[in-house]
Amino acid sequence: MAESATPIVEIKGVSKVFQLQDQTIHALSGANLSINKGEFICLIGASGCGKSTLLRIMAGFDQPSSGEALMWGRPIAGPDPSRGMVFQDYALFPWLSVRANIGFGPAARGLGAAEVKAIVDKFIDLVGLAKFANAYPHQLSGGMKQRVAIARVLANDAELVLMDEPFGALDAMTRERLQDELLDIWERTKLTVVFVTHAVEEAILLANRVVVMTPGPGRIESDNALDLVRPRDVASPEFNAIRRVLSAKLHSHHGKKAA
Amino acid sequence: MAIVETGSVAAAAPAAATPRAATRTTWARFKPTVLALIVPLLLLAFWQVATTQQWTRLIPTPYAVGEYMIDFAVGGIYDDAYSATLTTHLLASMSRVYGGFALAALFALPIGILIGRVPSARMLLDPFLQVMRPIPVTAWLPLSMILFGLGAKSAFALVCLGAFYPILLNTIFGVRSVDPKLFEAASMLGCRGNAQFYKVVLPAATPSIFTGLRLGLGLAWFVIVVGEMTGVPQGLGAVIMDGRTLSRTELVICGMIVIGLAGYLSDRVVVALGNYLLRWSPNHHG
Ligand SMILES: Nc1ncnc2c1ncn2[C@@H]1O[C@H](COP(=O)(O)OP(=O)(O)O)[C@@H](O)[C@H]1O
Ligand SMILES: [Mg+2]
Repeated sequence: MAESATPIVEIKGVSKVFQLQDQTIHALSGANLSINKGEFICLIGASGCGKSTLLRIMAGFDQPSSGEALMWGRPIAGPDPSRGMVFQDYALFPWLSVRANIGFGPAARGLGAAEVKAIVDKFIDLVGLAKFANAYPHQLSGGMKQRVAIARVLANDAELVLMDEPFGALDAMTRERLQDELLDIWERTKLTVVFVTHAVEEAILLANRVVVMTPGPGRIESDNALDLVRPRDVASPEFNAIRRVLSAKLHSHHGKKAA
Repeated sequence: MAIVETGSVAAAAPAAATPRAATRTTWARFKPTVLALIVPLLLLAFWQVATTQQWTRLIPTPYAVGEYMIDFAVGGIYDDAYSATLTTHLLASMSRVYGGFALAALFALPIGILIGRVPSARMLLDPFLQVMRPIPVTAWLPLSMILFGLGAKSAFALVCLGAFYPILLNTIFGVRSVDPKLFEAASMLGCRGNAQFYKVVLPAATPSIFTGLRLGLGLAWFVIVVGEMTGVPQGLGAVIMDGRTLSRTELVICGMIVIGLAGYLSDRVVVALGNYLLRWSPNHHG
């Protein structure tokens, strides 16, 4: 490929060990992953296989116990506006209106009021919340809260959007709507998205590449490029063929353990 | 297999308000007031019966107290030393309540923030304050009079002490119990270090701090009588103490009623203020 040779994110032999009293937890073991700009990656796996841990290392919230995590070739030393996290439980600032939540990043960067307003207006429209600009988070539905969380990250010029089971707490209909909207935003902007889910279907619907992880210790089992046309049809035979393959990989570790 | 669409749902019942529904909404509107009045009215009735039946001779009838309250407020009935002095005493007490409360907030807020956010400050101050806290304001009365003399300064100090701990404890709780995710959210949005204190810790702690201030102000009213046992000439507490020495029970009861009502109104104002300022908070409606 002609475009930039440097991947936006590189995970090189990353392990993460948590020490709990007398217990050592290998949350992540020897993970390697390279992500190019503009990709939509889904991390998928049973709970406890280290998906959140890997995502938090990419965000800079946690440091690897060994190995290195790089962005544009430089070590990820801490949280940074270029990498935005969308949490499952939203983590909006409850005392700020929708408008002020979205404007939090731009204001923290020291932009003037007029600039902040212009940015907020743009992203509030992008996620379709203009009517709720002055509402507080507790007045919003889960889907709307997650739209604010997405807008807040985009308003901050994040190149890399990290999403940890962002739609896991939403009802099926809202989830489908937000999946469509997210794809739409991803196609229009040049975002790179790393999206954690434990639903195979969601991963196949969204991703360019599906990274399957398995627990005990948490590790990357396989990295699967998907070349399905978009928009993807959940009911198509191609979709179901991929679903069968990924489900098999997802459950492969059960066999090993049962011995 | 086919999916069969069921017939349209039966039309909803007519929405016109029937007279019965109207009565019901009127009742719903007045229910809180009516229920709130039942216990005071029962107490008043019991008081009336107890005094007219002469179960006790030391307590005047509600009517006598009511009459005295009017005299206390505007004068013209008994014309004694306490006639038409209510405003003077009320203002004197209010100045001590709000003054002592403000002083308590001035100390408790920064100390609470410090203890809540700085581990060494916590180790330094927390054990000491935990030992001091159970000592009641009444126990401080003699020492306070020695330290601050007879009079208003002592009263201030005691009211301040009464309001101090609820403000302190709630401030500590508020600044300690900020959702850690909010710090992560702030730092990934470019707000780091000390800026997080103003942008995350303080706003997140406001509901707790507000609860502390509300409780503190309530306690300031609660301890005003003790505060005014320090030999101040004016104030509702002074009136009550005078009433006791002069065996004028109606004076004592009037003082009690005024403190109760003033404390209640003061609290309602604070709650209304809180409902407005904390309208973002889902679980803050007093
Ligand atoms: N801060 C932590 N302290 C101790 N153990 C942790 C911590 N975070 C995660 N773990 C453990 O690491 C493992 C992987 O966790 P996680 O990355 O959250 O998995 P997933 O997101 O795939 O469900 C789990 O066993 C979890 O209990
Ligand atoms: Mg997780």
